[in-house]
Amino acid sequence: MTFAYYRRLALALCLGFLIFAPLSAAHADPVDDALALFATDSFNDTASAIDAIGKSGASNSAAIVTALAGGKLFFDPATKTVYYRDAAGKLIDAKTAAEVAAEPAGLKTVRLNNRLRTLVAAAAGSLDILSDDPAKRRSAANAVFKSRDATALAAVDTALAKETNNGVKEALEQARAAIIVTFAGASEADKIKAINTIAGRGDGDAAALLRSLPADIPEAVKTAAADALSDIEIKQAAWAAGQNIVYGISLGSVLLLAAVGLAITFGQMGVINMAHGEMVMIGAYVTFVVQDVIRTSAPGLFDYSLLIAIPMAFLVSGAVGIAIERSVIRFLYGRPLETLLATWGISLILIQAIRSIFGPTNREVGAPSWLSGSLDLGGLSLTYNRIAIVIFALLVFFALLLVLKKTALGLQVRAVTQNRRMAAAMGIRTDWIDAMTFGLGSGVAGMAGVALSQIDNVSPNLGQGYIIDSFMVVVFGGVGNLWGTLVGAMTLGIANKFLEPYAGAVLGKILLLVAIILFIQKRPRGLFALKGRAVEA
Amino acid sequence: MILRHIDRAGWVFLGMVITAGLLIPALNLFVPADNFFHVPDYLVPLLGKYLCFALLAISIDLIWGYAGILSLGHGAFFALGGYAMGMYLMRQIGTRGVYADPILPDFMVFLNYKELPWFWYGFDMFWFAMIMVILVPAILAFVFGWFAFRSRVTGVYLSIITQAMVFALMLAFFRNDMGLGGNNGFTDFKDIVGFNIQAAETRAVLFFLSAMALAGGYILCRWIVTSKFGKVLVAIRDAESRTRFIGYRVENYKLVVFVLSAVIAGIAGALYTPQVGIINPSEFAPANSIEMVIWVAVGGRGTLVGAALGALVVNAGKTWFTGALPDLWLFALGGLFVFVTLFLPKGILGTLSTGWEKAQRRFRSDGSVPNGVPSAAE
Repeated sequence: MTFAYYRRLALALCLGFLIFAPLSAAHADPVDDALALFATDSFNDTASAIDAIGKSGASNSAAIVTALAGGKLFFDPATKTVYYRDAAGKLIDAKTAAEVAAEPAGLKTVRLNNRLRTLVAAAAGSLDILSDDPAKRRSAANAVFKSRDATALAAVDTALAKETNNGVKEALEQARAAIIVTFAGASEADKIKAINTIAGRGDGDAAALLRSLPADIPEAVKTAAADALSDIEIKQAAWAAGQNIVYGISLGSVLLLAAVGLAITFGQMGVINMAHGEMVMIGAYVTFVVQDVIRTSAPGLFDYSLLIAIPMAFLVSGAVGIAIERSVIRFLYGRPLETLLATWGISLILIQAIRSIFGPTNREVGAPSWLSGSLDLGGLSLTYNRIAIVIFALLVFFALLLVLKKTALGLQVRAVTQNRRMAAAMGIRTDWIDAMTFGLGSGVAGMAGVALSQIDNVSPNLGQGYIIDSFMVVVFGGVGNLWGTLVGAMTLGIANKFLEPYAGAVLGKILLLVAIILFIQKRPRGLFALKGRAVEA
Repeated sequence: MILRHIDRAGWVFLGMVITAGLLIPALNLFVPADNFFHVPDYLVPLLGKYLCFALLAISIDLIWGYAGILSLGHGAFFALGGYAMGMYLMRQIGTRGVYADPILPDFMVFLNYKELPWFWYGFDMFWFAMIMVILVPAILAFVFGWFAFRSRVTGVYLSIITQAMVFALMLAFFRNDMGLGGNNGFTDFKDIVGFNIQAAETRAVLFFLSAMALAGGYILCRWIVTSKFGKVLVAIRDAESRTRFIGYRVENYKLVVFVLSAVIAGIAGALYTPQVGIINPSEFAPANSIEMVIWVAVGGRGTLVGAALGALVVNAGKTWFTGALPDLWLFALGGLFVFVTLFLPKGILGTLSTGWEKAQRRFRSDGSVPNGVPSAAE
């Protein structure tokens, strides 16, 4: 990167200085003037002084403004010299920034009123451009970019001259370009150069700036601006599409987690488990209970609470699932409509049970520290908990795939699915396999509940919110096919996020439901339909 | 002619419904309030609501019990009928609304509508609204059924997409800019064809009409299921492919019965709205539609009378439970459903009649048939 880049940068800087050298020279020394005004002991003069010092870009102006805000800026009425007291309590000459050895007698404090305090705060904000904290400098540069306040130019130039952080330097350059573009004195070439700098920023603010350029600019500048604008718009559309895809994958992962357990019970066993959502809900409540226990007895473990909750949720939901299978569903095999209705009854019982135990209101489930914050990638912003859910969903999915394809249990599950009586004749305990399969599907739902507790309200209605979506995913993807569930979940998630900006969240969802209804007409057995004799059974 | 098809249970049922339709309004209007036989004012619309639910249950039983179509979205047709009636009732409020706008209902004034949306035109006329009560559910059922049956979506897939349909409608009706009152729906009705909707006489008439609709709906459905058309439906239910191979256009039969069922459900909804005094998008909730299926299953699928009975029993139970032990209602409903699917697969009426037949057979056979011979039904 570039030597050429830096050379260009340096060139741009030099040019900038050359152009604005006369501008700065006009005010011989703004700091001097400002300091003189501080010493007059008049509110109006102080106001001008704050304004001047804020825009001067002088190296110690930040210290002066801070001192002023803290009531630590003094002047000697006799010599009109201004001093301030720094954080260590030493008295500093404001002009020379040197420590004063002997404190002069009769110092007066520069007085403030409310109007001036507002000004001081504003000046402090623009002086952040010279702060020691790069983040502050960057945000100050962005503030200048948005305000395009021509009087801040000097301060920006000063800051640029000594900036070492590349990111901040870029932000400052853009801020400077934003000023130049609207600056009457700048030449056409400079304005075009500035437009290119702004275009490099490529975000909504840059586009807004380019759109709001005054009408009386030269034609060449105008075309450059229009070109840059269309560049930005293309870039932005690409980022927006990328963002939609990423959000879609995130939503798809949530759907995948909620639906993959259902895909097992529905696809492998032919059981329409309407209580599946409640298994998810139980998993979320297990997370709540685990965190509650940790909070009261071992607060140090809080960051590990989710890791503890995942196996717990699997076991609890799995056990509930096995209990349901043994007590109700095993009497209903081969009658899917009956399982649908009976499990719906069970779901009502579970909802009411949770409501009776934990109350009808939302329960607070905390996020461990390692899940807070977000990752910024260019125009994308991703919260860590969303990323974690994507990873977790894929882990669960592939673990499940392994279990079904590579383990003895998986083999037996598939055997029972394909031909129950033959499997029984081969010595497979089919009823035990039924219970285990149902337990596995329910346990996975429980783990989904742990993940959902991080992004949704933990309430007795948690499961109801996902059950229809989960069925849509399974039916869309093709029943009995885990890959279909993966593709179905991701397709629906991404489609949902692409529809949202045009149709709104609710209408987008409606459109998607209608699309699925129409899709099922076309392919009644879903995207990846199983073929063969077993399908009709 | 039609009445020939009604069996003994049907006559008992019709007798009870018609008697109730006459007796309850009479006991409410003409018996003094302190008399033991007086039916209090609050009870008339409540019982009327049950009658609407019974009619709705019959419409579900017609397609589920006889044609094997398990719709988990029948609430959609019920609610659409209710909304069509609600739109008429909203237009009747006129200047008596909070904002006293002669044309726009209150919620539209509130949402800054300048003029009536096109789909509200005509709803100030009773006859037009009544046509819509029938037409709107019929059109939805026709379009949906056309797509679903033609592409042979059956069984659980059909159930799941009917659920998606009602869910999509719920989301749509919850939107404020749908022009149908958003999540508040319609309420605060004033009068219906010129009569005060709150008056005891109006409610008595509405109750009577609900009873007549239930009786009429029953007779119609009974006639259908005992006709040749009904026999084909049962054949489709029991062996769809075979029926198709014999040469019947299965999808047409299904479509006709599905649309008819939707119309009956829509009429039930239209009678429901003025008696309950409110219609809102929660009627589209998928859970509501599943609950309706429960009524049918509890009463006895494929019996019509049982469906109506189930609706009455479950709803009376719901009223009692939610009043006396509100926390236990979901336990009771859920438990009832698990119990019925496991132990009473034929529902209350089916189990009773099987038991009755068995007892009769034992009584008639008088020991002449050797014990232990299982009947064909088992």
